[in-house]
Amino acid sequence: MAVTVRAVSRPARSLRVQIYLWEVWKGLLVTFRHLFVNLCRHLLRGLGLRVVPGAVTIQYPDDPAMLGRRARTRHRLLKRPDGEPRCTACMLCETICPAKCIRITAEESPDVMVEKRAKTFDIDLGLCVFCGYCAEACPVDAIHMDANEVELSVFRRQDMIWSLPELLGDKKKEIAPPA
Amino acid sequence: MKPEPKRVKFKLNGREIEAAEGSLVIDAAREQGVEIPHYCYHPALGNPGNCRLCIVDVEGAPKPMVSCRLPVKEGLAVRSDTEAVKRAQASSLELHLINHPLDCPVCDQAGECGLQDFYMKFGRYESQMREDKLHKRKRTVIGPHVVLDQERCVLCTRCTRFTEQVSETHELGIFGRGHKEYIDLAPGKRLDNPYSGNVIDICPVGALTELDFRFKVRVWYLDMTDSVCPNCARGCSISVHANTKRPWHNDGRRVARIKPRYNPQVNGYWLCDEGRFGFKHLDENRLGRVMRLKSPRKEFGWDAALGEIAGEIRRLSGDRGGKGLAVIASGALSNKDWTAFKGLFVDTLKVKHFLFGPEPDQIGEQDELLRRREKVPNLQGGEALGFGGSIKSESWESLAREIESDRIWGLYIVDRDAAQVWGERGRKLWDRLSLVVYQGIHKDKSSELAHYRLPATAYVEEEGHFTNFEGVVQGYRKALEPVGQARPDWMIFSALREKLAGFPVSEAALS
Repeated sequence: MAVTVRAVSRPARSLRVQIYLWEVWKGLLVTFRHLFVNLCRHLLRGLGLRVVPGAVTIQYPDDPAMLGRRARTRHRLLKRPDGEPRCTACMLCETICPAKCIRITAEESPDVMVEKRAKTFDIDLGLCVFCGYCAEACPVDAIHMDANEVELSVFRRQDMIWSLPELLGDKKKEIAPPA
Repeated sequence: MKPEPKRVKFKLNGREIEAAEGSLVIDAAREQGVEIPHYCYHPALGNPGNCRLCIVDVEGAPKPMVSCRLPVKEGLAVRSDTEAVKRAQASSLELHLINHPLDCPVCDQAGECGLQDFYMKFGRYESQMREDKLHKRKRTVIGPHVVLDQERCVLCTRCTRFTEQVSETHELGIFGRGHKEYIDLAPGKRLDNPYSGNVIDICPVGALTELDFRFKVRVWYLDMTDSVCPNCARGCSISVHANTKRPWHNDGRRVARIKPRYNPQVNGYWLCDEGRFGFKHLDENRLGRVMRLKSPRKEFGWDAALGEIAGEIRRLSGDRGGKGLAVIASGALSNKDWTAFKGLFVDTLKVKHFLFGPEPDQIGEQDELLRRREKVPNLQGGEALGFGGSIKSESWESLAREIESDRIWGLYIVDRDAAQVWGERGRKLWDRLSLVVYQGIHKDKSSELAHYRLPATAYVEEEGHFTNFEGVVQGYRKALEPVGQARPDWMIFSALREKLAGFPVSEAALS
C-alpha cells in the first residue's frame, strides 16, 4: 500500500489573513450556518417530514461509518493467484511492529520456488496501534490494512487475536458471547 | 622457531602504518580498523582472489589491485577510499548480483549476509542487467546438517577449500564453466564429515544454511553470549545464540544455535558438529524442582532439602561410619564448582570413594583437528585440585563391588547417569543404598531412582571457567536464566557444606 507524496506549497499570508478578524468572522458564519440548517432540519422532522436527515453530521452508529480511502483499518492477508497466501514469513512486519502484536512461525513450503511460508500468523488487535508499518514493511505485498472494519470489539481478550485463516478471509471470526 | 618477520612502514589511506613484511594488505588494514570488503579471502583458507571485492588503489600501479594478494613492503602506498575503488567495488557487487536471486525475505542468511551488508554499504542500487536471472538448483539437502542453494552462491570457493584443506574430505567441488558454474557434491558423496557445520559459517551468502536452524528464528532476534563448548576436553570458544525475547520462535526452545568464536589458542575459526549441534538437551527434560522422591514424595525449598540431606548424612555416618559415602562426578564441573566440590566432599565429609574418570560413558571419538576423546570440558580443572592426582578415581566396577559388599551406604551423584552405566546390575545396587542424592540438569534414569533430586544449572545459565586439556583457562558467561529452582553446582555444594557445619567427625570415627 505505497502512499505517493506530493509537495504542496503554502499559500501566501495576505493582510486580511494576518489581521485575523475576517477569518474569525468567516468561521463564525460556518458555525451559524450549521446551527440554522440543523435547526430547520430538526423543525421539519418535528413536523413529520422524515425524508430529511436530522443533522449535517453523520449519525454513527445508526448510519454506517464513512471511512477515508487511506484509512487504516483491520489487517487483511492477501493470496497469490494460485490461492496460497502471499506471506513468506520473512518476519519483517513482526520485526517492525512497535506494539509487538504480530506473532509468526515459519515452515518449509512444499513449493521449492516459494521455499518458506507462514505456519501460524497471529495479530493481536488488542495490542495493535494501527500504525501501518507492517503493510509498509512487507516485501511481497501480503498484508494490507484495508479490510474497512473498525468495529472490532469483543468480550474476551483472546478473541482480539486474529489467526491466519481469519486474516485470509477463509474462516469467519467467531466471537464468544459476553460471559 | 621462525624468525620474527621484519616490520616495515607503508601508507594506508594517507596514514603511515607498520606491519610485518610480506603480510597481506587486507590483514594489515583490518589490524588498523580499516575493513576492506571481501568474500573469497579467509585468513584460514587462503586467498584465491576470485571475488574481486577487496580492491584497493596502489600508488604507481595503473589499475586497482586486490588487497588479499598484495604483500606489504616498505614504501607501499595504498588507498581503499578513492572514487575508483568505490566504483570497482560497486561493479564487482553488480556482477555477483547478476544471477543472485534477491530472495532475502525467505533466505535464512538475511541479517548476517555478506552480500546484503556490502550491497547496502557500497552497492550500485540499480542493476544494469536486463536479462533474466539464471536458475540453478534450490533447496538441496547435501548432508545431515547442511542445505545447499546453488542460486545464491557467489562462487567464492570457501566451502570447497574448507573440505580440501581443513576437513580434508573433499566432498564439495565446483562444476560447470563460466556463468553456469555451480557448487555441488562430488559424485557419490555426502557432506557428512564431523566438521561439516563450518561451511555454513564461512559461506558469506545464503548458499549453505543450517538444516535444523532453517526458518526457526530470524538471526536478528538472537542474543549472542560468549561461552565455552562443554562437549569435549578441547573447550572451543563458542558463542551461544539464544532466542529469549520472542519465545514463540524456535519451537519454544531458548538456545537456537551455537557458533564458533575465533580463538587462535584453542580452536581457530572452527567447531566440530558434535559441539555445534549438541545443545538440544539444554531445553529438553530439564529438572526444575528440588524434590524428595522416596516416599513421602515432596517438593522442597532449597534450605529445607539441604537440611534434610545433611541430617541424613549425619545420621548414617553415625550409624554406619563416615567412610560409607561415595561420590560420582564428572569433568563437567567448572573450576568454581570443583573448588566447592572439594570443600564439601574432601575437606568436610572426608569422602574416600570418588568416581570422576570419563570411562566409559564420557568417551568418544578423537581426531587431529579439534575433537578430544574425553567428552567433558574440565577434567583438567579437577586435576589441578588433586582429582586424578592425589585423589584417584574409582572405576564403575570397583565402586559397584564396594556397594555390593555393603561398605557403602550412600551415593552422591553429580550430573552423571550411573543407573544407565550399571544397567541391570544398577537396580540391585540401588536397593542396598540408604541415601542417593542426584544433583544434575536432566531427567534421566538416575534422577528418577534417586532419593533426593537437586536441579543444577547448565553451563549456559551460569558463569564459570573451564580449563581445557592443554591448561588454557577460559571463562563462559551466563546466556539464560536458570530453569525453575535450579542453582549452580558450587552454590549447592557450599550450601550443603554450611548445613554440615561442625560435621568433621573425628579421625577416630573415620577409621
